[in-house]
Order: sequence, then C-alpha cells, then structure tokens
Amino acid sequence: MSLLSVRDLTVKFAMREQTVTALNGISFDLAKGERLGIVGESGAGKSITGFALMNLLSRPGYIDSGEILFEGDDVVQMKPRALQDMRGNRMAMIFQDPMVTLNPVLTIGEQMVETLRAHRQLSREEARQIAILKLREVYIPSPEERLEQYPHELSGGMRQRIIIAIALLLDPQLIIADEPTTALDVTIQADIMELMLELCQSNQVSLILITHDLGVVSQMTERTMVMYAGRIIETGSTRAIINDPQHPYTQGLINALPQQTKPGQRLKQIQGTMPALGRIPAGCPFNPRCEYATATCRSQIPPMSQFAQVQVACHEVQRLQFEAEANRKEELA
Amino acid sequence: MSTALPRPLLDIRNLEKRFDLDHGLLETVKLRGGKLTREMRSVHAVNNVSLSAQKGEALCVVGESGCGKSTVARLVAGLLEPTHGEIHYDGSRIDNLSRGAMAPLRKKIQMIFQNPYASLNPRMTIQQTLEEPVRFHNPGYSKGEMQDRVVEVMRSVGVDPAWSKRYPHEFSGGQRQRIAIARALTVDPEFIIADEPISALDVSIQAQVLNLMLEAKESRGLTYLFITHDLSVVEHFGTRVAVLYLGSVCEVAETRTLFENPKHPYTRALLSAVPQLKDDRPNHIRLKGEIPTPINLPPGCPFQSRCPMANARCSEEKPMAQKQPDGSLVSCHAVEEDRITEIA
Repeated sequence: MSLLSVRDLTVKFAMREQTVTALNGISFDLAKGERLGIVGESGAGKSITGFALMNLLSRPGYIDSGEILFEGDDVVQMKPRALQDMRGNRMAMIFQDPMVTLNPVLTIGEQMVETLRAHRQLSREEARQIAILKLREVYIPSPEERLEQYPHELSGGMRQRIIIAIALLLDPQLIIADEPTTALDVTIQADIMELMLELCQSNQVSLILITHDLGVVSQMTERTMVMYAGRIIETGSTRAIINDPQHPYTQGLINALPQQTKPGQRLKQIQGTMPALGRIPAGCPFNPRCEYATATCRSQIPPMSQFAQVQVACHEVQRLQFEAEANRKEELA
Repeated sequence: MSTALPRPLLDIRNLEKRFDLDHGLLETVKLRGGKLTREMRSVHAVNNVSLSAQKGEALCVVGESGCGKSTVARLVAGLLEPTHGEIHYDGSRIDNLSRGAMAPLRKKIQMIFQNPYASLNPRMTIQQTLEEPVRFHNPGYSKGEMQDRVVEVMRSVGVDPAWSKRYPHEFSGGQRQRIAIARALTVDPEFIIADEPISALDVSIQAQVLNLMLEAKESRGLTYLFITHDLSVVEHFGTRVAVLYLGSVCEVAETRTLFENPKHPYTRALLSAVPQLKDDRPNHIRLKGEIPTPINLPPGCPFQSRCPMANARCSEEKPMAQKQPDGSLVSCHAVEEDRITEIA
C-alpha cells in the first residue's frame, strides 16, 4: 500500500467576483521512502498542493472535493484534533523562507522543545536531549549553544538546517519541502540538498520536493510531476522526464534552460505566460502557448495516458512522437 | 596583451566601498575591558576591485549574496560614491563628477534592476514611463518624434504599442521587465548595467528576457555589465566573467576559459554547486562553514575560512591577482604556488 494516495483533489478559492479552481482533479501516489519532485512555474499550483496535503489551506482557499489518504486516513475528513496530531508528527513541512518559519522571539531550544512536548510525553530535559541529537544529525556545530540562540543570530543556511532538524524531530513518514533552498546561495543550497537526501535515505522518509529548478529535481528525486495551471500534465520517473519529456510544456521548460543552447545563441523560449487562475482557457490549459495546438486542444481537456515511459496529458503527443521520429530519420539520412 | 587591446569602455581601478555602521560620536564609543574606547565598525562591501570592459563586451560579475556585486553595479552607475579608487568611462573619470556633469553620461549609461515591480512607477502609464527619459535627454523633441520613439522601442521589446496607456500593474512580471528594458533603451545608451535582471522571473520568461537582451546587444552594439548569481546564465550571456567573494575579485577570465578550466578554489566550488540536469545526486565540492560577515574583515585571503587549500600564508597575506598562461587573472596563493589538488 502506498504511503500517500491523492485522488481527484480539487482546490478552489472563493474570490469576490468568482470562484477560481487552483487545483483541478489531481491524483497521484507516493510510496514509503519515495522522493517525488513537483515542478512548474509560479501559478502552477505546486505550493497549493503542498498546503492541501497538510489540510492547511485557509480562506478563501478550500478543498472542494477529492481525498488524500495518508497511511489509510483521509486528511480531508480529519477533525482538527486529528489534524493537529498528524501535522509535524507524521507529516512535516519545510518552507522557503527560514526567517518566516522560525519564531523570532523564541530561542531555537524553546521552539524545538515545544514541538516535541506538544506530541510526546517528555520532560523538558528529555526533549532537550532529543533536540541536541537532531541538531547534530543536521551537522550543526556546538548544538548545546545553538539551543540558547535566537533565529536572527544564525545565518540563512544554519536556519534552514535547524528547520530541517525541527521537521525531523518526531520522525515523520513524509516531508513536504516547498522550495527549501530557493532563498539560499548555490554553495549552501548544495549542502542542504545533500543533507536532505542523506536523511531521507537513512530514515526511510518520503519526500515531496516542490521546486522550479529542474536541476534540483534531477539530483534529488526518483519521480517527477510537472504541473501547469492547476493540473498535472506529465508524470514519470525523473530520468525519463528529463531525458525524454513528452509534453510540449515540459520540453519547452527544459529547452529554455541556458545550458541547452550554445553560448551566445538565442534560447528556445516558450511564448506567452501562464494564465491567471480566473482566465484558464478552454481545452488544454497550455494550448495558447503551444505550437502544436489543434482545434481539439482548444475545446477538449486532454486525458492522462501512458506514452513512452511517462504519463502525459496531451492530445497531440502521438503526432509529436511521429514527427520527432521522422526528423531524427531525416537527420540520419 | 594589454597593449594590444584598445582603450576599454569601462575601466574600474582599485575600487573600494565601505559602509560605516556607527554614525555619530556616541555610537562609536564602546566599553572594552573596563575602558571606554572609540571604535568604528564598517562593512567592507567592495575591496580593491579592478575590472574593465571593452566595447561590445558583456562583462558578468558573479558571486553569492553579500559579495558586493550589486554595490559594484551601483558604484559604476553613480548611485553610490566610492570610498577609494576610480571609475573611468570611455577615457574619462566619472566617479567624482557632480550631478550636472553626470547628466549627459546618464544618457549613455542606463541601468536595469532586478525587481520590475519596484522599478516602474505604479502611477505612471507605460507611455509616460517611456517618454520621461526621452524628454529629459532630448528637450528639442516634438510630440510626434517622442511618440515615434516610444512606439519603436515598445515594438523592439515585443510589447504591443497599443498598450501604452496602461499601468504597470496590468502587466505580468516578464512584460514589466521588458518595459524596464525598453525604458533603458529609449535614450539609445551605449552601456547597460543590469543587476540580476532575470532572477525574479520564471524559467520560460527568463529565456524571453535574456533573448531580448542578446538581441539588443547585437543590433545596437551594447556593452553590458551584467550582475548575477546564476552561473548558467553567465555561461550563456557573458564574454568575460569576474567572480567576487566578500568584496574581492577571486578570478577574472574569458567565459569559456572560466567554465572549462576554473582555477580559484572558490570558483571551482561555485561551479560544482550548480545542480545539473544530468546529475542524479548532489555532487559538489564541500566548503567549510558559510560566508563570514564583511564587517571588519580579517587580514589575508577573504576565502581562507572556507578554503580547503588554505595555509598559514593565506591567513596573513592577501593574494594579488596573477596573470595565468591562458589569460585569466587569479588571486590565490595556492594557485600561485601550484599546490591545488583535486578537491572533492
């Protein structure tokens, strides 16, 4: 049985003028110990997915329909008490900005001990010992001293390590990391990513990594889900998605990276921008920006289907494949 | 080699910028060991930086947060005054000019900022935003000429001129950044300072804006000072790269040389830390600790505290830039003494 099973999850935002759909019937599974990447650009619904999994959406956002089975329990139907018990305990979340996540008026020690004692029957001293142990696990030097410090006394990288330590405090089954290193410098990002990978592997923790950086996804995850305008448009093994993407948007996203073009030459850009939630076009949400779009694409939403090594939602994927094949043959000839 | 090159368009010599943290007498008085002493703390944002850019070149300055790259950009643009050093543009010194004397230069040197949500005035229409610099620098223009200019420049950045009566909030981030570029281009500049112009944008939009900047470079013969933390963009866009660490230049090289054969231990670590599509796990050179604060820097090499190659000399003596056989300039004792080994 999978650890997490999401079925037809739909999230809406009730705005004054209209109700917009931020997530449109997304379904996926996550096995124990598996690492899944969610990629997409701003407005794709990646972060909303993370919040919805923890049932953390607040007004005007709400889960309209669908189910989120986590270890067999439906998170959507959970009572507040049960949710409280689950969050931070069985499922933990790491956010982008470590300064916002940590409470600036409490010491690191107070925040860690508080979290532990909220879920476990522990004395202060016992909790403190566990906190020191966890800080050591994330390679924080002299953890005893750090416990007495306030967040502002620490660097960005150090804070993010502490947040990872807090997320791991209660040995959760699943960690949802929403752009955990976007606010950090590359050398620090590399250290934090390596640390997260090591901890997930050694503790058999599942990871959902939300990011816009395909390089990070490539290094960190086994499976990848590409989102666009509130839908999953392609999913499969990370290697397959990166080496042989099928959806024109995924292809465009990868081809737009500067590494994919010779220095000095024009980058392969995708025209236009992601539509705002209230203005998602009929049919395939990507059709106005897609160079392969047909009349069908403009009227019907493409279903998810198996193609090559991935699952992809595109009407024209077969034709694209034929064309690519033909081009390849032409090049060889 | 330097004799063969023509006079550079931009020449930065021994540039230094300090920001004082303690203002006024009272803030500088501290109690140390039972005695009152006077102490001035200052942030050494830029230390003895020398760089030059030839006409038509894209000089990229890279580094992590706090390395002083934006300060360099602001110094060159005349938005900050250097503490020491000189900035020469097209043969004449510009860092000590008065506001009035600087005005004609502002037509030649334009700047693009990181955040197009902050750099466009929200209460001005796009038309007004684009007209303002034209009117300021060309007081003789008629209304018709001005209109033509705005339409032409909007077309060149791919924004429909029919939208000129709209306000910035009606545009997406990518469109706004194009409008910010259009504003820089309206006065026909020679030199563009771009401070992280694509960092706030999504991947697919980054490509659009970068293409636009490349196009402008080719069609107008622009010279760029391009500030960024994103090395993949540098590899694509830059002709030459300067790597900054804690306000000092570690390495300056032709882009290709730098990416094929990085020499400074920091450059190597930085390049290895960029996540690549082909990687299936993180594989980077690990550095000790994190970037120290630029307040009251220790003597010696600024990178010594994190450098795997550091020795006693590195903590005493600041390395000077040394020319390498392939033309790059590297400031590192380990490189100079040829004791760099493979680090992993």
